[in-house]
Amino acid sequence: MTAISPPSERLWWKHPLDRVEGIWLAIAFVWCMVMFFMMVYWHMYGSQNLSTETYKTTPEAFAAKAQAMVDQYTVRSEVDGQYPVVAPPADSDIYMIARLWNFWPILQLEKGRTYRLHLTSMDYNHGFSLQPANINIQIVPGYEHVVTVTPNQSGTYSVVCNEYCGIGHHTMVGRIYVK
Amino acid sequence: MSIATTYRTCPRSGLQFESQAEKLMLANAVAAVVFLLIGGLLAIGVVLTRWPSIHWLEADTFYKVLTAHGIDMLIFWIIFFEIAVLYFCSSTLLRCRIATPKVAWAAFALMVIGAVMNNVAVYQGSSSVMMTSYVPMMAAPSFYLGLILFAVGALIACFVFLGTLVVAKAEKTYQGSVPLVTFGAITATIIAVFTIVSGAIILVPTFLLSIGVIDAVDPLVYRTIWWAFGHSSQQINVSAHISIWYAVAAIVFGAKPMSERVSRGAFLLYILFLQLASAHHLLADPGLSTEWKVVNTSYFMYFAVLASMIHGLTVPGAMEVAQRQKGYNKGLFEWLRKAPWGNPTFSGVFIAIIGFGFLGGISGVMMGTEQLNMIIHNTIYVPGHFHATVVIGTTLSFMALTYFLIPVLFKREMIAPKLAQWQPYLFGLSMYGFCLVMMGAGTLGVSRRHWDMAFQGSALAYEWPGAAYMMMGLVGVFGIAAILGGAIYIYVTVGSLLWGKKLDAGTVSERTTPVPPTAPTVAAQTYGSSGMVAPGSFVLALIFLGAFVLYYFINWKYLSQLWGLS
Repeated sequence: MTAISPPSERLWWKHPLDRVEGIWLAIAFVWCMVMFFMMVYWHMYGSQNLSTETYKTTPEAFAAKAQAMVDQYTVRSEVDGQYPVVAPPADSDIYMIARLWNFWPILQLEKGRTYRLHLTSMDYNHGFSLQPANINIQIVPGYEHVVTVTPNQSGTYSVVCNEYCGIGHHTMVGRIYVK
Repeated sequence: MSIATTYRTCPRSGLQFESQAEKLMLANAVAAVVFLLIGGLLAIGVVLTRWPSIHWLEADTFYKVLTAHGIDMLIFWIIFFEIAVLYFCSSTLLRCRIATPKVAWAAFALMVIGAVMNNVAVYQGSSSVMMTSYVPMMAAPSFYLGLILFAVGALIACFVFLGTLVVAKAEKTYQGSVPLVTFGAITATIIAVFTIVSGAIILVPTFLLSIGVIDAVDPLVYRTIWWAFGHSSQQINVSAHISIWYAVAAIVFGAKPMSERVSRGAFLLYILFLQLASAHHLLADPGLSTEWKVVNTSYFMYFAVLASMIHGLTVPGAMEVAQRQKGYNKGLFEWLRKAPWGNPTFSGVFIAIIGFGFLGGISGVMMGTEQLNMIIHNTIYVPGHFHATVVIGTTLSFMALTYFLIPVLFKREMIAPKLAQWQPYLFGLSMYGFCLVMMGAGTLGVSRRHWDMAFQGSALAYEWPGAAYMMMGLVGVFGIAAILGGAIYIYVTVGSLLWGKKLDAGTVSERTTPVPPTAPTVAAQTYGSSGMVAPGSFVLALIFLGAFVLYYFINWKYLSQLWGLS
């Protein structure tokens, strides 16, 4: 008769349900539907949705595109010339390479303008974790993910790698300036 | 068919144990506790390194220790214990012999060999790939082989369980339908078979890659299939520990399910939808369409969420009905106030129910919401969530059940019962704190699986806000308190097994005494239409819903302030 012995009625699916259970079932179901519509609603009316624009790529092909951007739009460099600071025009395609153990190059964007940010990894999985805004996107090798970004506040942002990628994982930090 | 075995009727619980099944349960439970011990020792290294002002281990040791901690706890401790639970739910509850005991021992041997092989691979140092082992980062071949052997063993054990159900049916040791708890165990097994097959589909090619037989495994395909294994394995836990909740409600209160239809229907929803929820691990990934993400995480996951919300009402509801029948009828909560809070089997389960729902359940839905995932993915919020589900939900429930099993299955008097009484509070409540501060730090963006939040050696180091440092310090404090709680559990369990006073084993018989048929009772026929039999549980459920709704929309507000993304 308890939960550890067979039910008294063999046809358990005919067991009546109490009003407590019935009401709760209805409430829970409605709440699940609200949560479902919220995701769809945000795709229609919200401004923070993750792009699904993705292409297959290779490290060579992606590096060449990033290099072309760096060659054209570099304004200065940091850390003894290791990191070019690139200021591409708004609405253009911009590239950030994730590799063991850095993000390259440093990007300089304008507040309120929109850019097509291309992300991929040269080697392992990495994580694009934009701080302090706290936007987190997975970076998977072999796949070029194009995310349209519109910075809404000026400042210095860091890109922290938050997918474990080996012994130097904790040193993997990049930077984005927003003017 | 006559098979030489004996059946022991426990004088303390009335449960009947078949001798082979009893030994198998004991062996699997002991193996589980051994891995809990190893995982717990490793946890010291993890928390003392992530505690910023201590920052104990070197980076390579830390990642090695973290890999082993994850696998030992999430896979070995839990699955060994689950196999013991499966044998209990079949052979003991249905009072039949276990099917093919030799095969069950072979399964046990494979699991032990696999678990040891995997552990050795990790400690040798070339397999610090974390539990997820995302390709193209590679571990030693024995890392994958160990996991595969363990999984094969677990799969065989699942079939021994299913075979035992057939034995019970064929030998008519019970009548009618299986008990609800066994039904939940069947749910866990069906999900386990799906899980293990998914694991094989992705780990076998990865093993072949590691020994050079094939050239590549696509990283995104790996992630997609690995999570069908990695997440579904956690659904085995959910089904198993919710079965234990119903079992403990029955053992402690003599409670019966409020409605067999509702509770079993909720388990059916798990079978149909839970494993599809693994898609929520891929919400921040490239290459998968929005439709695929939304359908998998809403339609499918929300039906599983619905099932958990149902159990969240019906488990305490069953306890409440039983308590009210005993006369604890005053007000909304007398039934709860007068519950046996000094019995660790009850207190452990109740702390598990509340923590699993409020901390694990709500945070899980946040992470599983496509857009909200962007503010959570791979932050330390994620381990905050799954420590609430797997440690507070599963592990604490297993601990609570162990306290019941010490006299019943181990036939020993519990040593240090006072200590055991406090253990669920120390362990459970410090885990509450641990999970909360991890989620807090995650909300500030702090990364999971990260050796140094100060980024020493990085040219472009980021400076986390002071609050993040404070919360990571508290992660250390609560973590150490929880580890102490875990140590008490192991001391009480192992100590009772070794030094506890031997108890009367009870009468032993050559033949099984079948489960007596349950006559339709008056109560079973009437209550159900009377209405609002568990108002206290209903109020608890409404408080839960209020917290859920509030926190859900706070996160949308937070999201709406971020950069525009499309």
